[in-house]
Amino acid sequence: MKKSFVFLTLSMLFLFCCSDDDGNQPLEIMTTFKFSHNWDGALVTNINFNAIQYTNANGDLLSIERLRYVVSDIVFSNNERTIELDMHHLIDVTNNDMVFTPQESIPSGTYNVSFTFGLDNEDNSQNLPDLNTANFNVPQNLGGGYHYMQLDGKFVNANMEEQGYNYHAIRAADNPGPNPTFPQDTFFEVDLGSIDITTNVEIEVEMNIAQWFKEPNLWDLNILNQMLMPNSQAQILMFQNGQNVFSLGDVSQ
Amino acid sequence: MTIVSALVSMSCSNDESNFSPTEQPLEIPEIFADNILSPIIPTDNPQTIEGVALGKKLFFDKILSANGTKSCASCHSQQNAFTDNTPTSTGIDGIAGNRNSMPLFNLAWNYSDRFNWDGKALSLERQAEEPVENPIELHSDWDNVVSRLQAHPEYPSLFEKAFNTSIISKELTTKAIAQFERTLISANSKFDNYFLGTATLTDQELNGLDIFLREDKGDCFHCHGSPNNPLWTDNEFHNNGLDSIFTDLGLGAVTGDPNDNAKFRTPSLRNLAFTAPYMHDGRFATLEEVIDFYSEGLQDSPTIDPLMKKVDEGGVQLTEEEKTDLKAFLLTLSDSSFLTNPVFQEQ
Repeated sequence: MKKSFVFLTLSMLFLFCCSDDDGNQPLEIMTTFKFSHNWDGALVTNINFNAIQYTNANGDLLSIERLRYVVSDIVFSNNERTIELDMHHLIDVTNNDMVFTPQESIPSGTYNVSFTFGLDNEDNSQNLPDLNTANFNVPQNLGGGYHYMQLDGKFVNANMEEQGYNYHAIRAADNPGPNPTFPQDTFFEVDLGSIDITTNVEIEVEMNIAQWFKEPNLWDLNILNQMLMPNSQAQILMFQNGQNVFSLGDVSQ
Repeated sequence: MTIVSALVSMSCSNDESNFSPTEQPLEIPEIFADNILSPIIPTDNPQTIEGVALGKKLFFDKILSANGTKSCASCHSQQNAFTDNTPTSTGIDGIAGNRNSMPLFNLAWNYSDRFNWDGKALSLERQAEEPVENPIELHSDWDNVVSRLQAHPEYPSLFEKAFNTSIISKELTTKAIAQFERTLISANSKFDNYFLGTATLTDQELNGLDIFLREDKGDCFHCHGSPNNPLWTDNEFHNNGLDSIFTDLGLGAVTGDPNDNAKFRTPSLRNLAFTAPYMHDGRFATLEEVIDFYSEGLQDSPTIDPLMKKVDEGGVQLTEEEKTDLKAFLLTLSDSSFLTNPVFQEQ
């Protein structure tokens, strides 16, 4: 309590001091990130789940029943500074958890904004209770850590029967067992481009779900549907297709 | 603000009662504290020594049933990890219900706060309401129960100690029961100790763990979790392929959404050795039957979870050796100390 009081007092003195001395200091801005989802432009929310109503680039009819993924390490950079928010958040479309506001504020300015899809290898090696709680773990025989994404649903297979698919993105691993090897990193940076941030801001990030199945690798669900976690080649294909999945949406200030 | 709150608090406590319940935070096991988020404790029902003691007495008291023959503990017995050993439980009139009694432990870590197999109860307090009036369970009436408790020689003073009022209500009764139920924590299995580095697993048990965790083998972990989640459940709702034609809609009957038909809450795998029979209707008498079902017995249906693998082949097709090893691992999740913990026993 005593420490808190001292800290509070010093903080207030610091704040008053700063505001008196320099009226040109950049404002401290809170940023909110809102993730929205579409299928080639058609809005997708959990209301649209469970019905076979989407057609991927390969012509497979499919539904979405579960979609959740991790975003982490948001970076704001310009000529003056680079601010990295060391954080992660599980975007859970199934349960409508798609908005978050990082605790740290940033000074106003024009920044290039980026984030990581999934977790970099350092973060992925941490014990993250929120992701443990969400049962987002990757088994130790594949290197441990966490899923980057779980996209589950059903598709109509070549026999015209509904079949489950699990498009689960993780860190690609070979030689499952006590000493797996990692052919390449499969998390990736998403660059949202330049954003002029002048006051508290909500940044919309759009995910085109169809893109996961489209390019550069045409995704045939009859071939790649389930048990993709131990399939490092499938993980690399997901990584490649993910490069153009995200884009900047509305910026509201 | 703090001063005002303190004044209001002192003012209220002076006016209403001389009793001040003593806070008794849950004793969170190391393996939980290290790996998962904090438990859910309602702000309007904090854990107290007096509240837990009252809840425990109520849990074991047959006064909650219409004819005084059954209590909560009748279908939630400690020797069975707080479930019973019949496919479906029998109420006071000798009528069997249609659901297996769910075991009770680690309930404060059900983050969605949805209870029962079908998620009908939206908090542990609300869950405790329903069995009292259910005609095939305690078949009582809350007004009558409250009257009996109010006329009891001990309960009014126990409620006063727990809640600062001797006026008994349904809400306070279920709050007390929920407080006791939240203390039912199980975290001392062989696997817990292995994870903490104080026990070893056999090669067979380790191989069973490997099968459990491999997506191309058992693939149990997507719903039942992994070593980093000591709950061994996601507490979510899935159709795991029990039936192609539904006789029990489960979550679907609660939400009214046909996409939820035949979805039931994932039960924890902890203490499986003590909680037979299995599934929401207790259809499987043994663990072997359960493993056989996931290996070869899946039934396709419109709402079957896409996480279920090889449905067209009936399941994940484990060998007999793999099944045996998987069972050996599952039994390492048994916490026998939970069955004999005197803190949970009727006194």
